[in-house]
Amino acid sequence: MAELRIKTLVKRFSQASGAVLALDGIDLDIPSGGFTSIVGASGCGKSTLLRIIAGLEGDFAGEVSLDGRPVGGPGLDRGMVFQEHRLLPWLTVEENVAFALNGPTPAEVRELVSEHLELVGLGSFAKAYPGQLSGGMAQRVAIARALVNRPRVLLLDEPFGALDAMTKIIMQQEILRIWEAEHITMVLVTHDIDEAVFLGDQVVMMSARPGRVKAVLPVSLPRPRDRSSPHFIDIRRHIFGSFFAEAEETFAYAI
Amino acid sequence: MSGDIALTRTIAAAPPDSGAGRRTALLSGLGRTALYVALPLAVIALWQGLFELGLIRPILLPPPTRVAQAFWTLGLSGELPRHVAISLLRVLEGFAIAALAGLLLGLAIGLSKKVDRACDLLIQLVKPIPPIAWIPLAILWFGIGEAAKVYIIFLGAFFPILVNTVDGIRQTDQRFVELARILEVPRRRFILKVVLPGALPAIMTGLRVGVMVAWMCVVASELIAASSGVGYLIMDARQLSQTDVVLVGMITIGAMGKLLDSLLKRLERRLITWKTSFGGQ
Ligand SMILES: Nc1ncnc2c1ncn2[C@@H]1O[C@H](COP(=O)(O)OP(=O)(O)O)[C@@H](O)[C@H]1O
Ligand SMILES: [Mg+2]
Repeated sequence: MAELRIKTLVKRFSQASGAVLALDGIDLDIPSGGFTSIVGASGCGKSTLLRIIAGLEGDFAGEVSLDGRPVGGPGLDRGMVFQEHRLLPWLTVEENVAFALNGPTPAEVRELVSEHLELVGLGSFAKAYPGQLSGGMAQRVAIARALVNRPRVLLLDEPFGALDAMTKIIMQQEILRIWEAEHITMVLVTHDIDEAVFLGDQVVMMSARPGRVKAVLPVSLPRPRDRSSPHFIDIRRHIFGSFFAEAEETFAYAI
Repeated sequence: MSGDIALTRTIAAAPPDSGAGRRTALLSGLGRTALYVALPLAVIALWQGLFELGLIRPILLPPPTRVAQAFWTLGLSGELPRHVAISLLRVLEGFAIAALAGLLLGLAIGLSKKVDRACDLLIQLVKPIPPIAWIPLAILWFGIGEAAKVYIIFLGAFFPILVNTVDGIRQTDQRFVELARILEVPRRRFILKVVLPGALPAIMTGLRVGVMVAWMCVVASELIAASSGVGYLIMDARQLSQTDVVLVGMITIGAMGKLLDSLLKRLERRLITWKTSFGGQ
């Protein structure tokens, strides 16, 4: 089965204060076409994991492969959306999306760009500059830019972390709509348990220092999911519980 | 369409179409202009006042009225415009060559570690030499013709433009570098769409500093070896003890420098519309 496979992944950073073990033996299978949420506290290595999958970090031990081929660097089969939109402020919305396109003729570029701006609901903002957009709109453009090369996997690193609560909920619905329209594999990192359960087919729980996979929880709730349904709340409580228990343990250990 | 779709940069206030609104706008405009010219006017008034009180000798510092008179005579006779035009032409020639060379070499150094390493020592050694120290050599090489002055101006303007261009390129946002890697953006597009626009503010700063230095260099070189130009006008007047003409030359230099800087500032605003910088409180 075509998928993203991570085997005994270990990543160390050397800092002034000594070596930091950011990821310690991550084993993870991310099924093709699915929506995987990865949830964990800040500093547990979520970004590092995504950056390794994206090919931005070299120098790790273990294996990362997509469809059986090892990942050795960046590639257009993997798109990435960062927490900050990273739009070039001197380019318009459409130029920012076109910035990602390498091969096609100008006519094809126009076609692809407008198609993807429509997909994220920003067709009428093609000529606007990033400075004129709200945070949610800018993140939509970033998503369009990441999708325009039709990657197999879209990696999202806390893409809605900086948005207000209302916009965040809208964007969560939007990303599901886009996922269903594009049939691609989604890997979304978040520190928001509610978001992880609302979006994921499976929720990967990570623990911090060193970063490890604590548990993988399949979520088989039908979509659209009702955040106030008993089943949804059950799953959320379960995840809260396991993070909370860990916190209590460390606390007990400290005294 | 969802709720976050809204242009955030809207025009805040309605146009002041009421009579009162227009008056307030006019007054605040006048206030700003008044604030802008108050200090120079005060300096002129003080200067004239000291003269009227007999506290300064006109041979050392003629009063503003006499300087204005000299301005008028030199302007009408066409002598001042002629000298200004000659100096300005030299500045533009030297500056244009410096801008071209500084930008090209700056790009090469900024983009290539090897070129940087190869050029660094020589640049570090030549940069501290004041352009004026080159005048004797320039006269030996080029005589006292135009080429010597253009060469001095070139040297003066070249280094600020070079250094700022390299700095601007080096300050390319690391996050955009990563983005370009993820998207496999070819090098050419990366330079055109990421590096150059990002470096543009620094490049404009370099050009503005360069034009200022060019203006200083033209006058310095004309003071020493020339038979025309504003620097020559000053030197010639000094020998004839025409202090008022010396001042006319100095004030002209100041005004021309300010004019060129304003032009470049306007160009900068036109090129860099996306940047909102701190303008003071
Ligand atoms: N470039 C780096 N150099 C040194 N240490 C790093 C670097 N990137 C991340 N780290 C460290 O690795 C750990 C995990 O970081 P990160 O993956 O950013 O966590 P998260 O995204 O879950 O908040 C942190 O302790 C962080 O300090
Ligand atoms: Mg992170």
